[in-house]
Order: sequence, then structure tokens, then C-alpha cells
Amino acid sequence: MYKAFLIKYAEIGLKGNNRYVFENALRDHIKEALNHLGEFEVSKEQGRIFIECPDGYDYEEAVAALKMVFGICSICPVVVIDGSEWDKLIQGVGNYVETMFPDHHFTFKVEAKRADKKYPRTSPEICSEMGAYLLDRFPEMKVDVHEPEVRITVEVRTKSYVYSIAIPGLGGMPVGTNGKAMLLLSGGIDSPVAGYMISRRGVSLSATYFHAPPYTSERAKQKVVDLAGKISKYTGKINLYVINFTDIQLYIYDKCPHEELTIIMRRYMMKIAEKLAEKEGCLGLVTGESIGQVASQTMYGLAATNAVCTMPVYRPLIAFDKQDIITIAERIDTFEISIQPFEDCCTIFVAKHPVTRPSLKTIKYSEKRLEEKIDEMVETALNTVEMIVVG
Amino acid sequence: MEVYLDNSATTKVTENVTNLMMKVLNEDYGNPSSMHRLGVKAEQYMKEAAGIIANTLKVEPKEIIFTSGGTESNNLALIGTAMANKRRGNHIITTRIEHPSVHQTLVYLEDNGFKISFAPVDETGKLIKEKLYELINEDTILVSIMYVNNEIGAVQDIAELAAELKKRKKDIIFHVDAVQAIGKYRIYPKREGIDLLTFSGHKIHGPKGSGALYISDKVKINPVVFGGGHQRGLRSGTENVPAIAGIGQAVSELYTDYERKVSLMYELKQAFLKGVNTFDGVSINGLPKECTSDYEIEQIRKTAPHIMNVSFQGVKSEVLLHSLEDRGIYVSAGSACSSHHPTPSATLTAIGISKDLMDSTLRFSMSDMTTPEEIEYTLVQIKELLPLLRRYTRK
Repeated sequence: MYKAFLIKYAEIGLKGNNRYVFENALRDHIKEALNHLGEFEVSKEQGRIFIECPDGYDYEEAVAALKMVFGICSICPVVVIDGSEWDKLIQGVGNYVETMFPDHHFTFKVEAKRADKKYPRTSPEICSEMGAYLLDRFPEMKVDVHEPEVRITVEVRTKSYVYSIAIPGLGGMPVGTNGKAMLLLSGGIDSPVAGYMISRRGVSLSATYFHAPPYTSERAKQKVVDLAGKISKYTGKINLYVINFTDIQLYIYDKCPHEELTIIMRRYMMKIAEKLAEKEGCLGLVTGESIGQVASQTMYGLAATNAVCTMPVYRPLIAFDKQDIITIAERIDTFEISIQPFEDCCTIFVAKHPVTRPSLKTIKYSEKRLEEKIDEMVETALNTVEMIVVG
Repeated sequence: MEVYLDNSATTKVTENVTNLMMKVLNEDYGNPSSMHRLGVKAEQYMKEAAGIIANTLKVEPKEIIFTSGGTESNNLALIGTAMANKRRGNHIITTRIEHPSVHQTLVYLEDNGFKISFAPVDETGKLIKEKLYELINEDTILVSIMYVNNEIGAVQDIAELAAELKKRKKDIIFHVDAVQAIGKYRIYPKREGIDLLTFSGHKIHGPKGSGALYISDKVKINPVVFGGGHQRGLRSGTENVPAIAGIGQAVSELYTDYERKVSLMYELKQAFLKGVNTFDGVSINGLPKECTSDYEIEQIRKTAPHIMNVSFQGVKSEVLLHSLEDRGIYVSAGSACSSHHPTPSATLTAIGISKDLMDSTLRFSMSDMTTPEEIEYTLVQIKELLPLLRRYTRK
């Protein structure tokens, strides 16, 4: 029965003169999201976005698609009444209530807007007369103008629009309106969630994955591609860079103290990701790091890793418990993929006793042992990078 | 060079099989149950395939039931027998080195009131026969033993076992999973006392999704798939005519030049074992106790011709697998059907391999098309890779 949707947004509304940039982005993203479901007319008007649906469209699928667009505060399914002639209008609203709320025991309030100031009734008049009609037709309904259970909104223009339900959207801001970031993506539970969270603030994403064949398998790489695919449904296309890290990993293994292996590896991963980020025009890195979750992510470890970066590193999960992260991962459908056991088929690169309080000084000193070849290896890794466009 | 040494996981179909299947798919697409000539034509393929297989095994065509593969055949054999005979008894004997499609089906039967006993094997995978016989009691209705073990290539003395079982309790039903054995050994179920025989198409250069179960006409079993009553009620469901034609064709080519093919495989196995034994920290699983480092042909002939199971100390099997893959060689770590499970191999556990070595074990399985050059090339690559990969151990 719903022929249209009204899309309300929040923070975009607060923007000043460049509000149109955000509105246009949101309108375009909505168009893209609905593209495969039919010919939807998406227009922006007075602080909201209005979507007219084609005949025979699938309501459930349309709502599901809109619920994946960042920047939307609520989605209101709208009933369209052809015309604004009073009898037709109240009939239409009456039928709407009949269908939507078969159990008429609830409190309500009518809110009205009219675009045409020449319309014979004023907005307050529309409310009270509409309210009277409804009370008449449905004696079990009661009016409560302060805390109604149902708010029925009527908008009168050339056609008329009735809606009462607001389906929550994801919030956030339209992707791309707040710059671009480089996500360090592994096959784990955390990094896809981190990417999702940053992107929700309107940031478009590129990603970097470090694989080390034959110590990591094709399946592990495919898992990362699949994860990027999952989050790209929210974030838009992702350029996924795959770096062959084997030689660097083995070199660090050979030259550096084993307990520092993970920290030093992470530092080089960040360095390489930063170089790729610069090339892509990213303004920051994103990781799934969380204080204390693993040995390399104590505050000491984080400080040591962070020290190599000149770009800001965004760590949205820094204060999250594992369970909270899992809850989000399940919601964005990455959890099942993340827990597939195709990680490093070899744990030789995980020290049995990794250092938990590395001192930056000691780390840098150990890294001196890599001086001979490391720059060349980083260069080679960057030159042989594989890029996969996902989404 | 591309060297496919994972034939125990699956094999490539032959050209004849492909052509035949395409013909069935494109031209003779009728439903064998249809009364018109298109159905009759389709049914012909089934009759022909059953005829070929019956001929090869020297049994009657009506004793062959077509299924979707080895797993389904094993399910049908075990559950079908158990259900049809549960009034006589509820005890089933098997080994610990069976394929998951046997083991898990027996777990299911155990959950449903049947008692399962496991006869032990020795450290070469050979059944300790006396222990098996000791397990027979008045409730025993079924014994299930795999002819050739898919992981290590251990071979059981099926004919001897059949005779002894019948001697001790003549109504015992004997099921043999011959998925890895068919084509490498001549199998005549009626002569050998085998009541139920499982085999699978995609292990013998036939298509995936095809398999068969030989059911002796002396044995009654219940179906596990119910429906329109196809295949004498034993396996309902419109028959997969292309796949059945495929497996028929595969079997018809299977024993051509058989003795020569098998002998060649044993020679290659010997060459491989001799070669691999010259590397440090290598142990070979599933060989007879009497086998020395000369790998005498008569000793190797006691095992399957195509399967070599080797443990490489100090190297993770999956890492070696991917390294070999990078060089064009395809093998298995654990068996193909268990690669997604972190649980250790039942077969390797049963023969007493240590947990460490289990994670360092690879299976090389040949076909009759494997060449000496391919074996040579594989040995060269392993020789290069072992020291490289052994440099990196977890500290």
C-alpha cells in the first residue's frame, strides 16, 4: 500500500551553506541503493528526501536497501492519496488507519502540513477535523496530543501523503562527504567492524590486506575479499590492495628478537598502508585495534605501532569489549565469515611469549638490524601490489 | 609443470565419459520413468551402465543401485541394513579408520539404539583380525570394513575376513567400502562373500555426483531415501541419467590393461618412497612392518598402489602444501573431506601418529596417468622446500 518513502536525516540538517553537498550525496546514494529494484524517483525537498516507488515494487526489499544507506535517520513509508479534495482525504486516512492498525485501541494525534496556503482548511483545522472524523469512525481510538502512541502525519499538496511509522535508519552521514580512509583489513572479526564504523561517519574506504603465501592460503585471501564485499554494501566500492608480505616477514623473523616480531611486523604494515593511503588520497588509516585485546595491543604496543604513522590512525574499537564488537559484526553480517578458520595456516610467526610492554627505543634498535634490505623490500612489496575492486 | 597427485580426493573424467554425458544431457534427456520413447531411451543408459558394472563385478544387474556417490551408498548400506535387521540384533562392528561417511552414519545409528564396536588396527593400518572376531556376539548383524584406506593406503584382507565372519556367524552381513579399491583390485563380491559394496564415480574418472551400491540378492535392506519408489524402491528420486551413464563408462574403461597399469603405479610408488626417504626427518605411514628401506615391491604390493602418506618433521603440512602448489603440484593434507575441520585425522590417530607429526603429514595419490617425470619433479621440489621451510619454526 505504500507508494512512497519519506527520508529524514539528522546531522546533515545542521550543516550550513554546504548542506547541499550532503543532501546531494544522500540522494545519489539512495538512488544507487534502489537502482536494482526498479525505477524510483528520488528527489530532495525542504530538509528531506522524497522517494516515489514504481508500481509492483517489493516493499521489504526497498526498506532493507534503505536501511543500509549511511546518512538516513528514519525511513517513513508513505501512503499517497490522489488529490487533496477533503472527502477523498479523510476517506484515505481512514482506510490507512483501518489497514495499518486493525486493533483500534490506541491513542493518536494528527499532525498536518499543507504546501498550498490556499487550501480551504488551515493546518490546525485539518488536524482537528481529521481527528474528529477518525474518532467517529473508530470509537476505540482516543486522542492524546502530548504522548500519543501513534502520530499520524498528513501532508497536503497536489497529492496528499499520509504516514505514521518511522523505521530507524543507520544514522551517520553519506559516504564520501567526509573524506577517505585506508582500512587495514585482516580476516578477523575486528577490522571489518572498524571499517564499517568509520565509514558510517561519511568516510569512503580503501583497504589493505597483507598476505604471506605459502604461510597464508588462497582461502584466507578469499575470506578477506568476502569481508570487503560485505562491508562494501554499506561503504560503497572498496579498492582492496593485497600486499605480499612474505619476504618482509621472513626477514624480520631472521634478524629481530622473536618476542618483538609482531610489533615490528605491525609497524611495517602501517608504514606500507600509509604509503598506499597517500597514493589514494586518504586522510587517515583505520584499524580494529582495541586496548589490551591481544599482546600487541596493550597501550605500550599501540604507542610503538602508532609511532611510525604520520597520518592520523582512527581506531573506533579502541574502547569496545569483544562482545560488543561481535554484536556489531553479527549485525553487519561479517561475523560468520570472520570466524571461518582460514587464517595463517602456520603460527610460526606468532611468538610464544610476545612482548607486552615494548619500549619504542628497544624496538627501533632492533629495527636497525633490518637496515640493509628493508627499504628495498618495502619498495618491492609496493611495486608488486595487487588491487581488487570490491563492491 | 602441473602435477596432480590428489587422485584420492577426486579424479579428472575421461574424454569418453564427458562425451557420453554431453550426449545424454543434450539429446537423450528423457525421464527414465516416462512411458514414452524418450523415457525408454533414457532408461537404456541406466540398463547399460548397470550391465557394465554387473559384468565387471560378476554380479546381476539388478543388484546394482545407483546413488549420488560413495557417501550416499555408505549411508544406504549401513542404515538400510540396520533398519531391516534390527529385530535380529543391534550390534555393528567396524574399524577406527573408516571414512567419515561410514563413521558418522554409525554415530547416528548409535544415537538410535544400535551398539557399535571398533576393531583395532596396528601401526600400519592393518586390522588385527583376531580382535575383530572376538567382538562378534549373538546380536551382531553387520560388519563394515573399508577395503583400501583413503589416507594411508592400508589394504585389508577382505576375502579372508568375509570367510571367517560367515564361519563364525553365518547371517552376518558384510559391507565393504571399496571407493579407493575399485580399479586397483579385482573385486568379485559373490566369490568373496561380500554382501554390500560401495563405490564412487568421481574416484575412477567418472563424474562427481555418481556412485553405486552392490546389494547381494540374498540381503534385504531398507531404503533411506523415500519417494516414487525408483530402483526397486531402494532409492527413490529421478535417476541422474547423465551421471549414471558417466559412471558406467568410467567402469568400462577401468580394468583395461589393468595389470600393467597397477604394476606401473607400484613402480612409481617405490621410486617415490625411495626418493623421499633420502630426505631428513621423513617418515612414511601405512607400510607393512616387514618393509625395509629398499621398499621391496612385494612389500609395497601389500598396500594400495596409488597412495603415499608421508610425515615431514618440522614442517606444517598446509605450508608445504601451498609451497608445492606454487610449483604446480597438488596434494592433500589430512583428507580432502576434512580440510575444514580442525579435528585430527581418525586414521592417523588410530595408527599412533603423534599430534605433532599429524600436522606435518601429506598424502600423495597417483592415477594410472602419473608419469615417472612427474614423480621425479615432485621429489626435486620437496628436496628444495624442506630445508627452506624448516628454517622457520615457532620459538
